[in-house]
Amino acid sequence: MSAIKIQNLSHYFGHGQLQKQVLYDINLEIESGEIIIMTGPSGSGKTTLLTLVGGLRSPQSGSLQVLGKELYGATPKELTAARRHHGYIFQSHNLHGSLTALQNVRMGLEVHPNYSNKEMNDRAAEILTEVGLGDRIDYYPDDLSGGQKQRVAIARALVSHPQLVLADEPTAALDSKSGRDVVDLMQTLAREQGCTILLVTHDNRILDIADRIVSLEDGKLSDKATAKV
Amino acid sequence: MIKFLQKLQRRTPLGWLQLRRDPGRLRVALAGIAFADVLMFMQLGFQNALYDSNTRVDRAMRADIILSSPQALNLQNLSTFSRRRLLQAMDIPGVETASGLYVGTLTWRNPQTRLKATVQVLGFDPDIPAFDLPEVNQQLDKIKILNVVLFDRGARGKYAETIAQIDKGQTVTTEVENRTLTLGGLFTLGASFGADASLMSSDQTFLRLFPRRDPASVSLGLIRLKPGYNPQQVAAALKSHLPEDVRVMTAKEFVKFEENYWQTASPIGFIFGLGTAMAFVVGVVIVYQVLSTDVNAHIKEYATFKAMGYDNSYLLSVVFEEAIILAFLGFIPGFFLPNVLYALAANATALPLYMTYSRAALVFTLTLVMCMLSGAIATRKLQSADPADMF
Repeated sequence: MSAIKIQNLSHYFGHGQLQKQVLYDINLEIESGEIIIMTGPSGSGKTTLLTLVGGLRSPQSGSLQVLGKELYGATPKELTAARRHHGYIFQSHNLHGSLTALQNVRMGLEVHPNYSNKEMNDRAAEILTEVGLGDRIDYYPDDLSGGQKQRVAIARALVSHPQLVLADEPTAALDSKSGRDVVDLMQTLAREQGCTILLVTHDNRILDIADRIVSLEDGKLSDKATAKV
Repeated sequence: MIKFLQKLQRRTPLGWLQLRRDPGRLRVALAGIAFADVLMFMQLGFQNALYDSNTRVDRAMRADIILSSPQALNLQNLSTFSRRRLLQAMDIPGVETASGLYVGTLTWRNPQTRLKATVQVLGFDPDIPAFDLPEVNQQLDKIKILNVVLFDRGARGKYAETIAQIDKGQTVTTEVENRTLTLGGLFTLGASFGADASLMSSDQTFLRLFPRRDPASVSLGLIRLKPGYNPQQVAAALKSHLPEDVRVMTAKEFVKFEENYWQTASPIGFIFGLGTAMAFVVGVVIVYQVLSTDVNAHIKEYATFKAMGYDNSYLLSVVFEEAIILAFLGFIPGFFLPNVLYALAANATALPLYMTYSRAALVFTLTLVMCMLSGAIATRKLQSADPADMF
């Protein structure tokens, strides 16, 4: 079964005379468990496509199925519900400054109603240990380095074992060593949990983790889209 | 309900953590709320003191039923009615005594500073005590002497030396309308907005102090009932018996009547009500500023939560959580400070300023509403927390 199935997806920004098309007739299918890297120059529409898949925007035309759910025509409530099934990793870590590492990770579980307090704390501590921050679970983001913060963000995205992880330039703000660590970590955790990863990046150093690379230019998927690395 | 509590129990107290993480902002917020609370407490306190102090004399009257002129407005504007009505009132079964009370305001020389000042004079027949004030009733013999009066210990103004002298037993005299007046003793009643000080005198002294007043026209009629009679029933009987030129009220109704005057006919109730409303608005503005700054500071984090699948109502709950916490914490200093200020102001103004539970409850409710309202306005900013536009 495919995790993501995109058919004839087009997207526009603005209205009337100022309307600008950013995505042209995108067709893409991603299998469950695949790690896909999407590359392309700035302004090519990568982030837009990612936010569409992530349920942060409503699709305007075509069809977009994520984890078996059609997002085209979904209500805001359905979009919110859909977001709970994927982990989203941003370019900047976007951790909450008033929460400790543990509490930040907990927020990724709290959105699901079926965990108890203890379960949430245990699982959050467990995954923080897995990302190598077992001794820093009570640190505030201000007291962590950039790479450590990004690792907390990854822990937050993965703690609820989502079937799909979306990452928007997760290494952009990191030096090459921590960047490498972060993607390796994503890869390992994703393999363990068997989830699909869609990763947008400029960073050539991390392309090797991908099963497949698609590239987007001027809103169109280029020919080598389905080329296997 | 249980479900809600369970939900609450597993929820990270994000609002509280956010407030605690920024102690500077929290302090500013609490200071602002405490400030608004102090303002509200002072306004409401003064308003209450006004009603209290202006009915103090009324409440001290030794009467079950009070007769007044239909034109009476308040204790300072009583008008008069014919003394004959008192004699007529005696016809009604149950009436034990019916005595007249003369009330007037005059300008005298402050015995201490020799400057002119205004005092309220209450004149009555010393053989029938008109007030339930032991100090007055023990000294009725003194005021039987012409031109001897009793002076209010709680008077507002520079009377401290005068009071000390009388306490020592010295005779203090002053001048009113070219006539020497002796202050023979003291009693405690307290100042009001309408009168800085009160004097108790015999009806004879009163009529000499107010030569233009007709002895046959009294300001109030104080009626005492024999034991076992219901004031309301007797008052009804009096109403049908007496002509229209006199108004019959039970003592309670009379106090209410006086209070009502100050609440409606005078602008004072309105002024303090407006003052309270302004304090409320100031509070809303301060809390709004703090909450909206806080929302702005966390807008990226909120957008992230939305991207993670939290809905708008979750973010609303965080803002309201903060509002409620602020209301509770801000009320603590906002409650204790006014107690101190009440004591200071009561000393300075001789007004009965004190904290009451009902007022504390009222101000707390207002604080809660104030914070919720600010929260509600601040949540409009949350709409800009759109993860799609932010990243």
